[in-house]
Amino acid sequence: MSNDRFTLTRRAALAGLGAAIAPLAAPAIRPAFAQGAPIKIGVLHSLSGTMAISETALRDTVLMMVEWINGKGGLLGRKVEAVVVDPASNWPLFAEKARELLQVHKVDVTFGCWTSVSRKSVLPVFEELNGLLFYPVQYEGEEESKNIFYTGAAPNQQAIPAVEYLMSDDGGEAKRIALLGTDYVYPRTTNRILRGFLNSKGIGDADIMEEYTPFGHSDWQGIVARVKRFASEGKKTAIVSTINGDANVPFYRELGNQGIKAEDIPCVAFSVGEEELAGIDTKPLVGHLAAWNYFMSIKGAPNEEFLKLWRAYIKNPKRVTNDPMEATYTGFRMWTQAVEKAKTTKVDEVRKAMIGQKLMAPCGYEEEMLPNHHLSKPVFIGEVQGDGQFNIVWKTPNAVKAENWSPFIPENANRKK
Amino acid sequence: MTSLILRMAFLLLLALPAWAQEKDYAATLPGLAGGFGEIAGAVERLGALGDPRALPVLQALQEGKLLKAGDGHVLVPRGAGYADAATGAPADPAGAEPVRLNNRVRQALRGALGRLQLVSPDAVERGAAAEAIFRSRSAEDVPLLQAAIGREQDAGVRARLELALAAAQLVAPDDSVKRDAIARLGAAGTVEARALLLEARAAAPALAGPIEAAIARIDQSLAIRRAAETLFQGLSLGSVLLLAALGLAVTFGVMGVINMAHGEFVMLGAYATFAVQELCRGIPWLAPWSLPLSVPAAFLVTAACGALLERGLIRHLYGRPLETLLMTFGVGMIIQQAVRLAFGAQNREVISPSWMQGTITLPGGVAVTQNRLWIIVFGLLVLALVFAAIRLTRFGLEMRAVVQNRRIAATMGIRTGRVDAMTFAFGSGLAGMAGVALSQIDNVSPNLGTGYIIDSFMVVVFGGVGSLAGTLVGALTLGVVNKMLEPYAGAVLAKVFVLVAIMLFIQRRPKGLFALKGRAAES
Repeated sequence: MSNDRFTLTRRAALAGLGAAIAPLAAPAIRPAFAQGAPIKIGVLHSLSGTMAISETALRDTVLMMVEWINGKGGLLGRKVEAVVVDPASNWPLFAEKARELLQVHKVDVTFGCWTSVSRKSVLPVFEELNGLLFYPVQYEGEEESKNIFYTGAAPNQQAIPAVEYLMSDDGGEAKRIALLGTDYVYPRTTNRILRGFLNSKGIGDADIMEEYTPFGHSDWQGIVARVKRFASEGKKTAIVSTINGDANVPFYRELGNQGIKAEDIPCVAFSVGEEELAGIDTKPLVGHLAAWNYFMSIKGAPNEEFLKLWRAYIKNPKRVTNDPMEATYTGFRMWTQAVEKAKTTKVDEVRKAMIGQKLMAPCGYEEEMLPNHHLSKPVFIGEVQGDGQFNIVWKTPNAVKAENWSPFIPENANRKK
Repeated sequence: MTSLILRMAFLLLLALPAWAQEKDYAATLPGLAGGFGEIAGAVERLGALGDPRALPVLQALQEGKLLKAGDGHVLVPRGAGYADAATGAPADPAGAEPVRLNNRVRQALRGALGRLQLVSPDAVERGAAAEAIFRSRSAEDVPLLQAAIGREQDAGVRARLELALAAAQLVAPDDSVKRDAIARLGAAGTVEARALLLEARAAAPALAGPIEAAIARIDQSLAIRRAAETLFQGLSLGSVLLLAALGLAVTFGVMGVINMAHGEFVMLGAYATFAVQELCRGIPWLAPWSLPLSVPAAFLVTAACGALLERGLIRHLYGRPLETLLMTFGVGMIIQQAVRLAFGAQNREVISPSWMQGTITLPGGVAVTQNRLWIIVFGLLVLALVFAAIRLTRFGLEMRAVVQNRRIAATMGIRTGRVDAMTFAFGSGLAGMAGVALSQIDNVSPNLGTGYIIDSFMVVVFGGVGSLAGTLVGALTLGVVNKMLEPYAGAVLAKVFVLVAIMLFIQRRPKGLFALKGRAAES
């Protein structure tokens, strides 16, 4: 990890050297970045610890975008520079590193966080120091900070459409739902919203099963056996999984071993994407589902452009793209558009310019930044394929506007829209 | 060949007005090029038609090899190329796209293939067909199944066919047939039969009485089976704990070294399994044996690491438990980071051999997963190995002598330093063997070991330090209690309850379940 930082500084040093000799070689080399100090971008993703598996790819995405913007001559004529720190999957350390980025490195914007608990940890820091954070992961909603732009999905852009699909003709008309999750804020809040939604659709509490397991849980035999039993009440049953991280591997293995087929009990996951499937033999999982706002298999020019950029940057044909990477890419491009519109990187002005920014995103739809700091996004349901990719079996006709305050949480009823 | 002719003859019999079918078959095919709903409908019709040409089409669809051309024609793979499914003429696959599946289509496909494969010469296929019809049942399957039962020679397949027949009769219009089917499903006593009966109760309230009785009967047999399955799950968790703790029972229990890097030795064993698998990958005849080969390999690798650690560091800190604890903790972190640098932070995939996948049903209908079953067996084997090594070999004798009285053992000519190193290496090697087993049920990642270190210490302390029997009984007790609590308290709370219970138990019996007695234990 320190290796990358070294390359960065070396790259910066080379650039500095280039700038120094530029006047000597006067007419031959045009100084690329005419004036002003570089624009600094903070990268706050775990590069070690349990979340490194998911977050390392997001660090790479931001660095790719920095290279991209510099290749285009920088931003406002200034060079863009990344400052990478490693909060090491340690939630309090996230807050310390955020403070370091804002106070020591004086970054203009930060891209970072994956788990909701890390976002909750840095939120007060960004509000106190008036920083700007782009958060690229689908989450449970119930939050709206003026210092954060949420470029992942809110519950109505992922969880609710996915459950609606399970209850539809094509999804198998599920009448009983097992909610399985990892024991922390995101699954618990999401399942609370889903329970409210299911109740409103006439599925009572007797037809809902809810179970939580610790991070990294590996002994799924009892829970899978209980799901099987739960499914034996004569009603079509489906699993909704908010299981996070590598606990998914033994979970899916146990589903396979106990002979649970997607045709009988389909399982739709909210935190399993191409990157997570990269280490699993997906043949026994074919037919199980995932709900996201982007899949690598989406056709169309915007995605091809994104994939081309990624492949050229990472130089490893095996590396895949996924939804949070797309959200990082979209957030970065919208931020550059907003900076160009505001003609400054000052947080207050960029924040104003951000609202209403539009981009043809790699998902193939035009996304727009809404006044609630969330995006409008399309929703896709994909089926796991034998090669670790997803085959889209359902999608929304249009981009859906984010509802970060869910109507299925009773306390939100009094909130002003 | 004769069986093929028989099969075709039978299918033709089924499809009595064959000429009319001919047209139906061709008319149904374009549906396969439509949306998911149309595909499912076409699949169902193809299954009902009983046209022998439908079988390769449906099989190709299941394997994702069926193509649809732009003009609604459907192409099946034939030999190296493709053929038009309707006419059988060779076709050019250029521009054609594979027909996609979703779960609804898969369901229809399973039923349709089941119907067509009922006449398969292969008993396994016929059994699968019976299973498929059981799940997709419809009243139209009744004559088909009755004919199949008449022909069936294999008793196992016949039983499954009869169950499928009962399921099909349950949706038949005739009430007396239904009652009979209900009774037979009740006797089958499976979870699936229970689901069917509940579905039927919702559809036909008039039959609620017999259905309730059948369900009560199923529930009774299921209750016993569930208790057996919970016990199995508990033993399985217990055997994992046992494996993880056995090495610690030697290094901590016998030698008294608090080795916080024990979990990392387990992790090294799992990575050794991965390395052996990668080495074997290139040699086809060796590949299926990679897992058994990993056992000695993992033992040797971790034993060598253990010997190195003991000779290099731990021996300088004997008698200073706090320093040993801190030092081994640091060593553990170094090993973790070294593995992360060598193999990467991403999890590594260790493939399970086919004999460790799936479920087997024991007599009495208790279903157990094979990987867990093998791990229980492996755990007991390793326990026997440890017992034999300590009780029956010269090394074990020397080890016990050194532990009881180091100075007298030295005066008898035992090289105590060497015995220490070997004992520690042995304990570490056992941790490596545990890693082989864990690679089958957990993620092979650099943090694999951290999840087991606390559990291992818990088992050893609970069972009684220095007692092998205590480790066995402790591990199995904790496993079973944990699994019995889980349905009521959830996975998180069950663990908390077990921890609290152990703390209370240690308060009352500080030396654990099996306390060592005698002078050696006192000192």
